[in-house]
Amino acid sequence: MHPAYSVILFTTASGAGYGLLALLGLTGASHGAASSVAFGATAMLLALGLITVGLLSSTFHLGHPERAWRAFSQWRSSWLSREGVAAVLTYIPACIFGLAWVFGGSDTLITITGYITAFMAMVTVFTTSMIYASLPTIRQWRHFMVVPVYLVFALATGAVLLFALATLFGRSGIPALGVITIVGLGLAGLAKLVYWAGIDRMKPKYTMGDATGLGGKVRQWEVPHTSENFVQREMGFKVARKHAAKLRMICIALLAVSLVAVWAAFSLGGAAAPLLAVVATVLTAIAVVMERWLFFAQAKHVVTLFYGEQAV
Amino acid sequence: MTSLPDTTKPGQKKLGLVIDLDTCVGCQACATSCKEWNTQGYSAPLTDLEPYGPDPVGAWLNRIHGYETGEGNDTRALHFPRSCLHCETPACVTVCPTGASYKRAEDGIVLVNPDTCIGCKLCSWACPYGAREYDADDGVMKKCTLCVDRIYNENLEPADRQPACVRACPTGARHFGDLGDPNSDVSQLVAERGGFDLLPQMGYKPVNKYLPPRPRRTHEHAVPAAPLETVGKGDGSVTERFFSWLDKALS
Repeated sequence: MHPAYSVILFTTASGAGYGLLALLGLTGASHGAASSVAFGATAMLLALGLITVGLLSSTFHLGHPERAWRAFSQWRSSWLSREGVAAVLTYIPACIFGLAWVFGGSDTLITITGYITAFMAMVTVFTTSMIYASLPTIRQWRHFMVVPVYLVFALATGAVLLFALATLFGRSGIPALGVITIVGLGLAGLAKLVYWAGIDRMKPKYTMGDATGLGGKVRQWEVPHTSENFVQREMGFKVARKHAAKLRMICIALLAVSLVAVWAAFSLGGAAAPLLAVVATVLTAIAVVMERWLFFAQAKHVVTLFYGEQAV
Repeated sequence: MTSLPDTTKPGQKKLGLVIDLDTCVGCQACATSCKEWNTQGYSAPLTDLEPYGPDPVGAWLNRIHGYETGEGNDTRALHFPRSCLHCETPACVTVCPTGASYKRAEDGIVLVNPDTCIGCKLCSWACPYGAREYDADDGVMKKCTLCVDRIYNENLEPADRQPACVRACPTGARHFGDLGDPNSDVSQLVAERGGFDLLPQMGYKPVNKYLPPRPRRTHEHAVPAAPLETVGKGDGSVTERFFSWLDKALS
């Protein structure tokens, strides 16, 4: 599948934003108002900013972005529509929570809206992952780890952001946050390794003989057109798939280095902590973009069987 | 609404195509007549970008592949037209976030409303048959309409009220009709020739059917060809020996 930059930016940026938003909601629900207006406002604006940038970028790959509002109508059958609805609905509790948490609203209000915000943030990430996980035409996306990977990556990237923010505000040593960030990064890497091992072990489900109904071994001797068409460009993407093994190793290595950096900043503290936290954030961002790029580039669509793939 | 209409009613009309892989000669007449009609019809325009450049790309609703199947003496090459199969339970419709993709309740035709499509391309991901092609210039998804603007068009001669591809086919390899009616010509043809679905295991229940190549003729059906040249009657007469001598002398 063709990895559109706008979709990669959308799923990674909004994923991190929703992860951060969920953690802020849980933080508020368990600890009450933000420690300072500056910290609270920065964190909320970062979360909502990432989400908004992601949502806007997802409209860049549309043929008619001005009609995007129509996508809220088909939530009964379409996961893409459900994602749109969930994304917009999440703004409501998030904004109420944000105001209450940053400017010191009542604890009850913060607790209730905090839990609702965290829940809705995760629901939105879940609907994003289901857009992919519900397509039987791409077996690498039907894998049971797709949904957990999206959720874990959202939380892990959100945790790294929150850890970095807290560290920049001089609070690198919060035990719960340090543990959540380190465990989140570890789980993200582990989930991705399980996913990759899973799709590598999967057997192709359909052959060219199945697709054409001709059975047995089928060979293509004539393509229907002289240059690649939309179907081949969108669904038959192969560029750099050969580098997948190396890219996977780099991705895991980046997550591991991030984890060590977070651990060092958390346990050592001091003047180096902010630098380490920023390094961890940058490396995690690169890792998640690579992971998402591979998610598309390594997905093989059934339609490629009509264009010469023997088994998919 | 992209939820599917109930098409399980008895007598439900299921308009579709039956494509004969035995007689298709791969002439591309169906593809070009489709393009010609639809670039000015319901799906208009069907844009081609840089049609004469080094890397042309454009939206076509019908593509004709060439496949080879079988082994040894049973190897055969065939042409394989590929277009929307107007599935009974199409995933391309249910994934559509806007309701632009829909399946008509009255005849089962799957269409895209070009005025409400946002061009998200998710339907093309959901379709295993590659039936949908995105028109980058128009910003919306294009697909076979079964020439919905021909088949009910009373301004056309009755003979022309069928899809452009069917009308254009010079070998009669494409048939159009109601596959929901077991007594229709197309249903009879499918029953007689063992018509099949593409990827039935994916569960989308395509309406269009493909007819397999007919079995290869065996020797018992073959009529021996007449000899190219006969020399005499083979009776050893004087004239025959003379002509035999003349034949050798001249050779």
